[in-house]
Amino acid sequence: MSSENEHTGDTGHGDNHHPAHLAHHFETPEQQFESGKLGMWVFLATEILMFGGLFCAYAIYRGNHQDVFLYGYGALDKMWGATNTVVLLASSLTMAWGVRAAQKGQQKLLLTMLLLTFMGGVGFMCIKGVEYKAKWDHHLFPGTMNAFYYEGGQPKYPEKLEHAIAYIDGRNLGGEAHGGGGHAPAGHEAGDEAAPQEDSHAVEHDGSQVGDEDARHLGSVSPVIIPAVFGAPADVSTIKPPASPADMGVNDAVIDQAGAVSMPSAQHTQVLWNDLSGAEQKKVHLFFGIYFMMTGLHGLHVLIGMVLIAWLFFKARAGAFSKDYFAPVDIGGLYWHLVDLIWIFLFPLLYLIH
Amino acid sequence: MLAILAQAEKTLFLPPARSTVAGAHDGLYNFVLWMSVFWLVLIAGVMIYFVIKYRRKSPQDKPVGPTHSTAIELGWTLPPLILVMIIFVWGFRGFMDMNQVPNGAYQVLVSASKWSWTFTYGGGENDSVLHVPVDTPISLVLNSTDVIHSFYVPDFRVKKDVVPGRYNKTWFQATEVGEYNLFCAEYCGQGHSAMVTKVIVESREDFLAYLVERGKWWEGESPAEVGQTVWVEKGCKQCHSVDGVDGTGPTWKDVFGSERKFADGSPRVADEEYIRESVLNPGKNVVQGFDNVMPTFQGQIKDPEITGVIEYLKSISTHYDGQLLEPFPVSVPAENSGSPGAQE
Amino acid sequence: MSVIQDQVKSGGYGGQHGPGETNYINHSKGVLSWLLTLDHKRIGLMYMVAVITAFLGGGLCAIALRTMLYLRAAPDVAPITAGTQDLYNQLFTLHGAILVFMFIIPAVPAILGNMILPLMLGAKDVAFPRLNLLSWYCYMAGATLFLYVLLSGGLDTGWTFYTPYSTSTTTSVAAATMGAFVLGFSSILTGLNFIATIHMLRPAGMGWFKMPLFLWALYATSIIQVLATPVLAITLLLLCAETVLHIGIFDPALGGDPVLFQHFFWFYSHPAVYIMILPGMGIISELMATFCRRQVFGYSFIAFSSIAIALLGFLVWGHHMFTSGQSAMANAVFSLITFSVAIPSAIKIFNWLATMYKGSISLATPMLYALAFIWLFTIGGLTGVFLGALSLDIMAHDTYFVVAHFHYVMVGSMLTSFIGGMYYWWPKMFGKMYNETVAKIAWGLIFVGFNLTFFIQFIAGSQGMPRRYADYLPEFAFYHKFSTVGSYVLAIGLFVVLFNWIHSLIYGRKAPQNPWGGNTLEWHTSSPPPHENFHEDPLVTEPYEMRAWDYDESIDGYVFDKDKAIELDQQSHH
Repeated sequence: MSSENEHTGDTGHGDNHHPAHLAHHFETPEQQFESGKLGMWVFLATEILMFGGLFCAYAIYRGNHQDVFLYGYGALDKMWGATNTVVLLASSLTMAWGVRAAQKGQQKLLLTMLLLTFMGGVGFMCIKGVEYKAKWDHHLFPGTMNAFYYEGGQPKYPEKLEHAIAYIDGRNLGGEAHGGGGHAPAGHEAGDEAAPQEDSHAVEHDGSQVGDEDARHLGSVSPVIIPAVFGAPADVSTIKPPASPADMGVNDAVIDQAGAVSMPSAQHTQVLWNDLSGAEQKKVHLFFGIYFMMTGLHGLHVLIGMVLIAWLFFKARAGAFSKDYFAPVDIGGLYWHLVDLIWIFLFPLLYLIH
Repeated sequence: MLAILAQAEKTLFLPPARSTVAGAHDGLYNFVLWMSVFWLVLIAGVMIYFVIKYRRKSPQDKPVGPTHSTAIELGWTLPPLILVMIIFVWGFRGFMDMNQVPNGAYQVLVSASKWSWTFTYGGGENDSVLHVPVDTPISLVLNSTDVIHSFYVPDFRVKKDVVPGRYNKTWFQATEVGEYNLFCAEYCGQGHSAMVTKVIVESREDFLAYLVERGKWWEGESPAEVGQTVWVEKGCKQCHSVDGVDGTGPTWKDVFGSERKFADGSPRVADEEYIRESVLNPGKNVVQGFDNVMPTFQGQIKDPEITGVIEYLKSISTHYDGQLLEPFPVSVPAENSGSPGAQE
Repeated sequence: MSVIQDQVKSGGYGGQHGPGETNYINHSKGVLSWLLTLDHKRIGLMYMVAVITAFLGGGLCAIALRTMLYLRAAPDVAPITAGTQDLYNQLFTLHGAILVFMFIIPAVPAILGNMILPLMLGAKDVAFPRLNLLSWYCYMAGATLFLYVLLSGGLDTGWTFYTPYSTSTTTSVAAATMGAFVLGFSSILTGLNFIATIHMLRPAGMGWFKMPLFLWALYATSIIQVLATPVLAITLLLLCAETVLHIGIFDPALGGDPVLFQHFFWFYSHPAVYIMILPGMGIISELMATFCRRQVFGYSFIAFSSIAIALLGFLVWGHHMFTSGQSAMANAVFSLITFSVAIPSAIKIFNWLATMYKGSISLATPMLYALAFIWLFTIGGLTGVFLGALSLDIMAHDTYFVVAHFHYVMVGSMLTSFIGGMYYWWPKMFGKMYNETVAKIAWGLIFVGFNLTFFIQFIAGSQGMPRRYADYLPEFAFYHKFSTVGSYVLAIGLFVVLFNWIHSLIYGRKAPQNPWGGNTLEWHTSSPPPHENFHEDPLVTEPYEMRAWDYDESIDGYVFDKDKAIELDQQSHH
């Protein structure tokens, strides 16, 4: 991760017959510059593939658990996301401007632009911090700490769960950004639209009825399977199959998909807790896992970019760059643009698509 | 010739073919085998011939040979290309036969857990050994309760991963009565290599008799004997000894009636309810010094069997000096045999 | 042409350098002069020490687990208990993880690539020397994490880390995944460096098709390292998050999909198989040319087949999941593409054979390894055809057949090419010759031992012996005992090689500049090369035009006739 500044680091150990910033194993400054640039482009390719894996995971889970994601969006704040996009785009502009200044040898402008870019990074991270704080306040952590985490089929933190449901349902209904305990829990206002199955799920997650283990695991597959498999005639002299495979209600798909009785979400513009099947409700924490992995890894890249820009700033202030030598600024700029580009994909995927 | 090879009792490489798809599989196998032998002999032969014929006469040798020929390159690219395409189509068709469950197959549920198999039949009978009737297509619905396992019977040329969270399916039709090995082929931890059981292929009559027998298998046995059978067949003995030596899990000897200390330090006396909880929800009562690795047996064990386990534990504990239960009532209520949810 | 003329004017060329001459090894002294070096040759040597140490560790695990399997044939001697099962599971996991991540992947690129690639280009160093050093430190950091794993409860997931087992076991999965992650960085940095170096530092006169084939192979390898490794990195990060935080992406109990992990994992790890074998193939191309002492046959076919393998290698990962329940359609596509990879591999074999035709074949030790490579790789490749065929893979998947197959490719082929390459460049690296007789005996032991160990595993696997079994049914006892005996022969052979090398360092006679008569640029400098690689710019001609090198008995090596080289070069352009 910390390798970026190394690309530009082959400087300053030249020998006598070379320009001061030309490393001994390069013939010409152009060759060195092109090498550095090629190296950075290759590195950017690795970065894109790394995020590509995350985007893949996102696409697969979004495809498999459509409503879970639609529900999870509720926790995110579009306004902050959009603001951050603007901040990052602006910092990309100042970075590009800075590169131009470096190429033209405009020392003062370069310093200003690097500083502005750095401030853009600071702004982004601060806004990200505000967003994370909101998640934090409503116990929407990644993993086992998440309010939506289920253990052995039961919510691990029933009270926090109720609070988080109220928060997200409230937001999804267009309510205040901080829906607290004041909201009706578990979205009863939507209950009358739910099919009977939904009601039983609602009861279940309230914890007032502990369904039998198997039914919970199988979701709504069980009513199909059980008579078909176990209810075969006692007289098996014919050894006939209980049903053709297609009737079994089981297939190669993930069980819970088969089990998910998804409500047509067109009924709402937004998905509410009770629109989710029991199986889906247990997966809401997945959304936050993916959200934190994606934004967290991106945030880490922003931080690394900021370190890089700070380093460029101090080098520039010491007068290291000139019209003839601006490769580190150019290459650092490439990295910053990539960080920006990844956010351009993250923002609509996480905040906008419905 | 391939047909003869395919029907051979046991070739050098393959185990005997004992299912309807095995013949087709072995035909392709032998084709690829002889093709490989051909290429290997050709390549090694040419190599050795060249080494001898063109061996270096003097370090001053400066030989000149041909350096390129597109015609030759194409000439030796095409034969392998055609061969592998034939093998691809052949293999794909064989795979479709192995993969597509025929209509009318008799269904058995296969449940894998660390480190035992449970096979459940239409009447709710279950067993740790797979019994199937001969010459009957058997469809298997596979599910795991914990990690990934893989259902593998070499003699039938059948293998399918058993994945938690999904139902995989496969099928086979055994062609001869006998006993065959059934392996777990996907690494699943400590007891992976002990996760081996048998497929018993029997005549339809014998299979029926087996099902009838299996449906009431605890008749005539004392509950403690039932418990002992459970200990063997459900794989309890992989981790729990009865001789007082701790394994992955605590030994069962002298547990009943003793005071157990849990990981968090709290004590509890091992009574009937404790045993039942430990079987169904093992993570709740982890005894100090042991890891929380036991899978739940929820849905895989019937109530009378749990009772059997409890009685068995009583029978091997010095902390219990009361009476043991008498044998079960002869007939089990009918609704029990159809008990839902025996599978997860 | 003008390039050559210029170089001629620049003065005298080649020749022997006196014993008082400094070289890269004695150029500066002290531990820090090594630990902070930016010299690619020294970094290569540091990699050599680290990687061979890892090899010894992983190899000892292999011998230990084969011994356990041998003893299992006599249950009275070695009763199977929970403890021995755990030990076995840890041994095969560490064997796989250490040898894959710390030996097979870095061995050829990081040791021989680092050492030879800039020399072959006539360059002073790789494009980014500091990144190169950083890559070595990443390797050491990864190795340290694996050491920590060893000391903190071990690892029993198999090197594949399949979920959900890997997220439920109590062994050090988090540390091991971080170790593999950091090692992945080391690999990315090496690949990135090689790509930039090959693009930017080729000398005037060396077009793409005048590059030695080893460089083509390293280039193809680097592409895979750079494009596939980041996917492993993110997979391991997710797995780590899964293990530590239980975010649930791969855990079915939490709504995740364990098979997704397999897709992610093999998207890297299948191309990684080609990271392991492609550089080895590059070495074989060099050995074939030099020890047949003639131009390679079908240069461009060998070069492009490397690139083809690298690219097709990205599209076949699904063939590791034929039994996982993925759709028949996906299986068919992956099977078809898998077969298409067979073709470029076959092309290489045929071109090497054609290179032997009308050559002057020397059976020096490196060439023996090249011949062994052809035998082992042919078997490895042909058994790959079994596994590519869908119906046969259903039977063979996760049995010893697969174990034998990938050992033939990843160990048999890769290891013989690595040792062959080490022997080939040994005089260049250290300026010392080795004892040829001992080297040949070691070769024989390795060749025989390897085939004894692994060929019988094809039979065991076809009979249905599943892999990763600490215990087995009595009918498999013969195969296991036989295989274990073979592994001892193999191990003895490898120790003889190690002894042969160490002996050479101490007692070896001084190596000439060019003991074999090769014409790639590394032979145009002294053995060992000076700190700055070349005393003067080498003459760039066709890489395999060896006729300008004349044998000189007094030094038991070859001497360059520059005028002849220029003449031959001009001829080839007419």
